[in-house]
Order: sequence, then C-alpha cells, then structure tokens
Amino acid sequence: MSPMAFVYLAAVLFSIGSAAVLLRRNAIVAFMGVELMLNAANLTFVAFSRLRGVVDGQVMAFFVMVVAAAEVVVGLAIVVAIFRARQTISLDDPSELKG
Amino acid sequence: MVNPFLFWVIAAITVIPSLSLLFARKAVHIAMAIVLVMIGLAVSYIMLAAPFLGMVQIVVYTGAVMMLFVFVLMLIGVAGKEDLTETIKGQKWVGLLIAAGIALFLIGVISRASVSLQAETVGDPAAIAGALFGRFVVIIETLGFVLIVAAVGALVLTHVPRLVPKHSQREIAEDRVRVGANPVNKPMPGVYARHNALDVPALDPEGNPVEESISRVLDQRHQTQGEEPFRAHLEEGEQK
Repeated sequence: MSPMAFVYLAAVLFSIGSAAVLLRRNAIVAFMGVELMLNAANLTFVAFSRLRGVVDGQVMAFFVMVVAAAEVVVGLAIVVAIFRARQTISLDDPSELKG
Repeated sequence: MVNPFLFWVIAAITVIPSLSLLFARKAVHIAMAIVLVMIGLAVSYIMLAAPFLGMVQIVVYTGAVMMLFVFVLMLIGVAGKEDLTETIKGQKWVGLLIAAGIALFLIGVISRASVSLQAETVGDPAAIAGALFGRFVVIIETLGFVLIVAAVGALVLTHVPRLVPKHSQREIAEDRVRVGANPVNKPMPGVYARHNALDVPALDPEGNPVEESISRVLDQRHQTQGEEPFRAHLEEGEQK
C-alpha cells in the first residue's frame, strides 16, 4: 500500500471539516472543523514528504501547527469576548453589519 | 510502504469520530472525538517516517489545543443549546453539496497524480532541526513573533477593565459606620450554646437567639429550625 492512501484519507477528512464549517452554527464546533481541515492539510504535507523522500514537507507541517496554535488562541479569545458581550456563541446571531 | 491493516485502523479512528462534527449534539462529545482523530493522525505521522511530528502532534493538539477547547466550553457553559433554525434557507443542503463537491474534486485530482515512492528519510529531531534552523531560520523567527502577538492578543481580547474602583475593606467598614449599621461582623450560627449546626441561630450574651446569624438562603427555603427551642434555659436550669 502506497503512502498515497494517506492523501486520500486527508481529502476525506478535509471535506468533513469543511462540511462542519458550512453546516454548524455553534462557533466552537465550526472552529473544530477548521482544526480538522488544517490537520488534513498537515497529513498531506507529511505523506508527500514521505513520498518525495525529503524532510521539507514535515517542516511545513510543523509551521502549520504553530500557526494553527496561534489561531486557536486568538479565535477562542474572540469567542469568549463575544459570549461575554451577548451570551451566545451562535455564528448567526452577531449580525449588526447586515445593514 | 505502508502496512494496510494499520492504515485501515487509522482510517477508522480518524474518519468515524470526525463525523461527530456533523452529527453530534454536544460540543464536549465532539471535542473528545476530535482528540481521538488527533491521536490517529499522530500514529499516521509515525507510520510515514515522521516520529518527531507525531510526538509534536500529540503534545500540541491533544495536549494543548483540544484542552483549550474544553476549557473554553467549560467557561461559556456546556449546556449551551445549538439553535437549529436556518437563517439562510436551504443552507444545510447547499453546505452538504459544497462539501461533497470538495471531496469529489480533491479525490479526482489525487487519483490523476502519479508520484513515485522515493527512499525513506527519517524525520528525527536532528533532521528537522537542521532544516528549521538552517534554511528556514527566518520563518521560524517570524513564527515566534506570531506566537507572541497571538498571546498578547488573547490577553487583550479577554481583558475586562473595572468599571468602578475596587471597594477596600477600610471603605466597607467606614460605610457601615456611616449608615449606622452594626460595625462588627455578624455572629456565626449555632456554634454557641448546645448546637453546632448552620440552621440554629447564635445566642447573644443574654441567651436570646440572634436572627441574622442564619443564612438568608436557609430562611427562604424554610430550612431553619424554630428559634424558641434554642433560647437559653438559664432560669429553668436554676429551677431544676
């Protein structure tokens, strides 16, 4: 079995994550969907790193992890701030800019 | 080459729990399922000759990121019900259609790719460090900067300034004296005389029960004992 199988697995995980982002209203669940998409991209990086026989893909996956950690910190802080202001974490509720 | 049995095990423990993102109701259940997905991905990294990334995956994702999610869920309340009324009409089906389209597109592209398998390079910490602090040293410095900005940003976003200055103990005491209230602390309930329970009033030096020594909560719930039985029976004692 070739490591390409993991690229297919990553494609499936990415689609599930994107479906979660598109369908769920709970901000934290949508956020976990984003995390799943980032991890699927990481899996693709590592699989191609194995296929190509170079270590660069793993370094890129490491960078993605660092950026994802920073993104989670800021994103969850925004969720907490919004929850404090209006007691909800629904993504549909804050809509003042609708005009 | 990849062990097929191990691959299918990993596929099962990543795809099945990740479907909870779409179908599970409670966010905590989803967070725990995603922890399982992250562990499966860590195992697959180790299978793909990236042991360092596998360990980092466990430490960073299951150890830090998902626990951060659980902490925030705890902070904003686990019981939060998700609103299921659709703001945009037909969003469910359009979303599912787009996700299925993404899946078909990705799998179509992957199936057309032809990549020949090269010799294995082990992504041990030494090899990763050589790349990180060699060719990519500017990027990793920038990432350190990004992490600092993110940490400060989170602190700023969650910081709540005080609207009124803090009331010091001295000011509280002076306020009590000004309005003519009893300047000393209320007596503790029940610790004097014969009883040692929260629902029994304290007795003043003359043997009369002190009403305000009992918590108002107990009074509201009618869980207090009547005060009459606890009046000090000094005179009665002398008579006996």
